[in-house]
Amino acid sequence: MLVRSLRKAALAAAVFALAGCQGGVLDPKGQVGVDEKNLIIISTILMLLVVIPVIVMTLYFAWKYREGRDNEIYAPKWAHSTKIETIVWLVPVAIVLVLGVITWRSTQALDPYKPLVHEEKHLTVEVVSLNWKWLFIYPEQGVASVNELVIPTDVPVRFKITSESTMNSFFIPQLGSQIYSMAGMETKLHLIANEPGTYEGYSANYSGAGFTGMKFKTVATDKAGFQHWIDSVKQDEDSLDSATYAELAKPSENNPVEHFGAVSDTLFHDIMYKYMKNYNDWNKNSPKAESEHSISENSAAHHDAADAERS
Amino acid sequence: MSLLGKLSLDAIPYHEPIIMGTLAVVGIAGIAIAIAITRAKQWGTLWNDWITSVDHKRLGVMYIILALIMLVRGFSDAIMMRTQLALATNGAEGYLPPEHYDQIFTAHGVIMIIFMAMPFMIGLMNIALPLQIGARDVAFPFMNNLSFWLTAGGAVLINLSLGLGEFAKTGWLAYPPLSEQSFSPGVGVDYYIWALQISGVGTLLTGVNFLVTVFKMRAPGMKLMDMPIFTWACTWANVLIVASFPILTAVLGLLALDRYFDFHFFTNAAGGNAMMYINLFWAWGHPEVYILILPAFGIFSDVISTFTGKRLFGYKSMVWASGAISILGFIVWLHHFFTMGSSANVNAFFGIMTMIIAVPTGVKLFNWLFTIYRGRLRLTVPVLWTLGFMVTFTIGGMTGVLLAVPGADYVLHNSLFLIAHFHNTIIGGAVFGYMAGFAYWFPKAMGFHLNERIGKASFWCWQIGFYVAFMPLYVLGFLGMTRRLNHTNNPDWNIWLYFACIGAFIILVGIVLQFVQLYLAFRDREKNRDLTGDPWNGHTLEWATASPPQFYNFAEIPHVRDIDAFTEMKEQGIAYKKPASYAPIHMPKNTASGVLMAGAATLFGFAAIWHITWLAAVGLISTVVFLLLRAYNNDVDYYVQPDEVERIESLHLNQVKEATA
Repeated sequence: MLVRSLRKAALAAAVFALAGCQGGVLDPKGQVGVDEKNLIIISTILMLLVVIPVIVMTLYFAWKYREGRDNEIYAPKWAHSTKIETIVWLVPVAIVLVLGVITWRSTQALDPYKPLVHEEKHLTVEVVSLNWKWLFIYPEQGVASVNELVIPTDVPVRFKITSESTMNSFFIPQLGSQIYSMAGMETKLHLIANEPGTYEGYSANYSGAGFTGMKFKTVATDKAGFQHWIDSVKQDEDSLDSATYAELAKPSENNPVEHFGAVSDTLFHDIMYKYMKNYNDWNKNSPKAESEHSISENSAAHHDAADAERS
Repeated sequence: MSLLGKLSLDAIPYHEPIIMGTLAVVGIAGIAIAIAITRAKQWGTLWNDWITSVDHKRLGVMYIILALIMLVRGFSDAIMMRTQLALATNGAEGYLPPEHYDQIFTAHGVIMIIFMAMPFMIGLMNIALPLQIGARDVAFPFMNNLSFWLTAGGAVLINLSLGLGEFAKTGWLAYPPLSEQSFSPGVGVDYYIWALQISGVGTLLTGVNFLVTVFKMRAPGMKLMDMPIFTWACTWANVLIVASFPILTAVLGLLALDRYFDFHFFTNAAGGNAMMYINLFWAWGHPEVYILILPAFGIFSDVISTFTGKRLFGYKSMVWASGAISILGFIVWLHHFFTMGSSANVNAFFGIMTMIIAVPTGVKLFNWLFTIYRGRLRLTVPVLWTLGFMVTFTIGGMTGVLLAVPGADYVLHNSLFLIAHFHNTIIGGAVFGYMAGFAYWFPKAMGFHLNERIGKASFWCWQIGFYVAFMPLYVLGFLGMTRRLNHTNNPDWNIWLYFACIGAFIILVGIVLQFVQLYLAFRDREKNRDLTGDPWNGHTLEWATASPPQFYNFAEIPHVRDIDAFTEMKEQGIAYKKPASYAPIHMPKNTASGVLMAGAATLFGFAAIWHITWLAAVGLISTVVFLLLRAYNNDVDYYVQPDEVERIESLHLNQVKEATA
């Protein structure tokens, strides 16, 4: 048993090293993920330039200068060498300098908020994390689904992300970046799938008892397939309005896939905005309340919502 | 609300066999220890010489005992999690439902950081630092005792949650809104808040105490740039404690206001903002990891220069590198949440700042290397831990820099890659350092040697176990596995989860061997006495005292002329010289005030957790009353007379003569 699993692990390690792993961040299926994988590899190689010498020198010096090797030089009072100290400061500085430039550029290029450069128009998907499931609203198509995300390949996707309650992180490892979902706020993420397939999606930020079951399948398919899926969802008689949403928002675990053939236009905005509405309710009792003023000063949602309306 | 607040018999988890079993074992062990103490008629000794002691060396020993007990608790949590994840594959549920599992990973994090690593580090600092600077005690000995008991009080609270109520199910960061009343209505988060608050005050007082000690109580002749490097590393860590722990106190205070009085600092509704908590938490949390690692760096420096029989290479570089790490440690906190949606410029700034920390850290590694260069390295247990650290920590540092690249972090954040990284630095860095320090100063603190052979076996179990347990987590991170999952359903992950579990069991053997080593050392203590007080041919002043050191440390305060002060004394032939006469020594008296105040504060914490208002008032008022009683007590010190000093010193010097003859 042990031998077998050891053999399996050795094999897996070899496969992992040679071909990259199946289904993880080193097996990306979209441009963002590919760029991030390359960034990981380049940064690692750069750092190995100093890491490997340090490890080798540690073992070599420890062996060479161990007790009992009296033929080696022993210099008990030698404790300073300007030459060596200059080198040991400059080598890490040089590597960090190069890495710093790479970091600055890659962070600009891979900014999750930045729309992808692509001839196709972005598809917009609104993402809401609920306890404990994911809601995907397709505002342009007027449909919604739970725990199933279907996107067309080679079309950049703009995700607008918020949360109903606790903080989660919207993450599809094979497509690239993740972004937190937070209540009363909108975060943004731009991804693209370049290969058709089904990719696992997770919440990467722990959010309570049902967190483990907060998974969804991401299906990337060609445009016809996507349209076909939209049409089939539209057939669904369930419609998502504030009443059905309130039902959906109740905590549930390992929620099955659900489809909604129609969805209220302002649902995403309402979900995000409701905490700020409460804010006004809170201030009603206070004689000094100037609700308009308070909103514009305190509401991240307000700004983001306004942005959303403009765009 | 009733007289007992939220507390009732329902708070005891009768239906959880694992918990009830643990409680039974703890109860039986407690009774057995109590019986043993009673039989040996040692309750008086325990109270007079230990619990009420203001002696930094004894407090150091007690800190380390606390750390070892908490290591057992925290590691039990770890092995339960690894076993759960090894069993709960392919859609199986495993044996720990989320209700229980979520408490375990929260407790594991809090206990290992706050109640294992911190007491271990502070314990070693207590034992060695005052001796290294040639002081008779710390600046505020009573406050030192109070700090210890506050830390212990926090530890009591967090362990109480096992058998009474529940612990937080939020992760050790307790991020709101999950940690707010609406999503966590139980007492778990309240246990978290008060355990951290009470121990946090203790840690802050320690920071103040040791900074004053270092600035005001160095032996004559010892300039700041003559201080032993461990003392320097601790000093930087204490600067960080003083600067960062108030942030933790404040942010937990705000969370408490939210939970107890319906404030809205971090709630979703009414203008609260959880992002503020996350920022403040990490403004403490990042310096905290340097508080843990810097003293470990200091230990490695001392160990390497002692066991190569050489001066430390690049002393000034080392001091300034630690300083640079401390200062930079305050401007990198945002790298814990690159995925929150900050602008590219902000993320890039914090990423690059983080990488810059790799420069002084790299310099340190090279300086250790060049200390070994042209030395005579004795491969003792502390040296093995140090070499293990130098290899392991370098890998952890590399993965850390990788995570500091925002573009890489976007896919690795909150994955098992992150878990592997911080265990790589905290185990391979801090814990290996404390283990090295433990083996290094054990003969000094206890007066007898550890068992070298078992000590080496323990090191190898830890070292091999570490790689078997955590390298698979790096792979799992690349495979897209996120943290805090309760069960999995991905066949590609299984093999790595099994390996991680095996690794945890290898580390378990390492921990057991540590205790075997302690047992054997204690059993054979008469055979393995350290008679000279200088078992390793040490460089610094702690080795100039007896083992264990005289309670007043130094009969005559030494005069320092070199960084390696004791080596210089030995070379000049002025070590172990009896002075013409002894002067009376001014010493602090032991006091029960520390344990009483901390006990009352802990009672307040307990009452606050269970919303027992009257008891909270009793706890708070008694804390203040005990403080006032102490403040108005003038009978706090005494003088050791020269004839008594003479007697003790003669005994020691004769032993040294016999041992070296």
